[in-house]
Amino acid sequence: MIEISCEHVILEISNYIDGEITLDLRARMEEHIRGCKHCAAVLDGTTNTLRLIADGRAFEGAFDLPAGFSERLRQRLAAHA
Amino acid sequence: MRFSNDDCMRAIATIPNQREADLISRIKAGERDLFYELIQPYQRTVYAAAFSVLGNASDAEDAAQEAFLKALTHLGQFRAEAKFSTWLVQIALNEARLRIRKDRKGLYSSIDEGAQDDDGEYFPIDYADWREIPSETLQRKELKEALQRALATLKPIYREVLVLRDIEHLSITETAAALNITEASVKTRLLRARLMMRDSLAPGFDGSWSVGSPTYKKVRPF
Repeated sequence: MIEISCEHVILEISNYIDGEITLDLRARMEEHIRGCKHCAAVLDGTTNTLRLIADGRAFEGAFDLPAGFSERLRQRLAAHA
Repeated sequence: MRFSNDDCMRAIATIPNQREADLISRIKAGERDLFYELIQPYQRTVYAAAFSVLGNASDAEDAAQEAFLKALTHLGQFRAEAKFSTWLVQIALNEARLRIRKDRKGLYSSIDEGAQDDDGEYFPIDYADWREIPSETLQRKELKEALQRALATLKPIYREVLVLRDIEHLSITETAAALNITEASVKTRLLRARLMMRDSLAPGFDGSWSVGSPTYKKVRPF
């Protein structure tokens, strides 16, 4: 199996998590990560970060519509229609 | 005639799209009061898209509401080449960017500078080992605040892609269409955004969010 560098692994780490890489590249990355603490830490950290972001509780409230948003919108649309 | 499960699933999946297409046709034909029904499911995504550019609730509401009004005015131009939701998000992003340009005439450098930044490399900070975060930690106020702070510190081009893809769960294709960039650019920006979020959150990941919890000593034994 052809070895790949840390730089290459980091460049593909997001695609790796999304499953957007070939099976061959996935196997080479996993081989590298097994022997590289730095890349393993980047992968763990990025995976943890995405898990937090994807969890509904993490941004609870942050992207909720402000109170009265829908009512104000309906009124503006009615005036506009 | 017998239908397979796949036939049934396909039929069910097309119902909302068909209903949406019918609503669009009726509104175009003059039933404009149906517009709220059409956009009702997309209010949060449109608001989040505006928020990803502007970074505050008040401006994001103004931009999102204006985007809906523009969508109603220009619905006749919607040709269904993209999904209707993607078209709405595009309008919201444009509206939000327009506001930044108006507000910071001559000072708005970050968006355009950032757009040229795509090919540069980003190397993650060399933090040591990380451990799995216990689920109950997600409810901690410090963690929520740290996540929101980390998101706020991203440049808009990275925040936009992260919000659309990882928070609002648009596909890579939909994100590319909404931002009017290539799928390759979405992937490049997403990589950067995710690594920068990881680096911003890392100091807490190694245990500080878990102080006092039974897992703290396992995460940070020294």
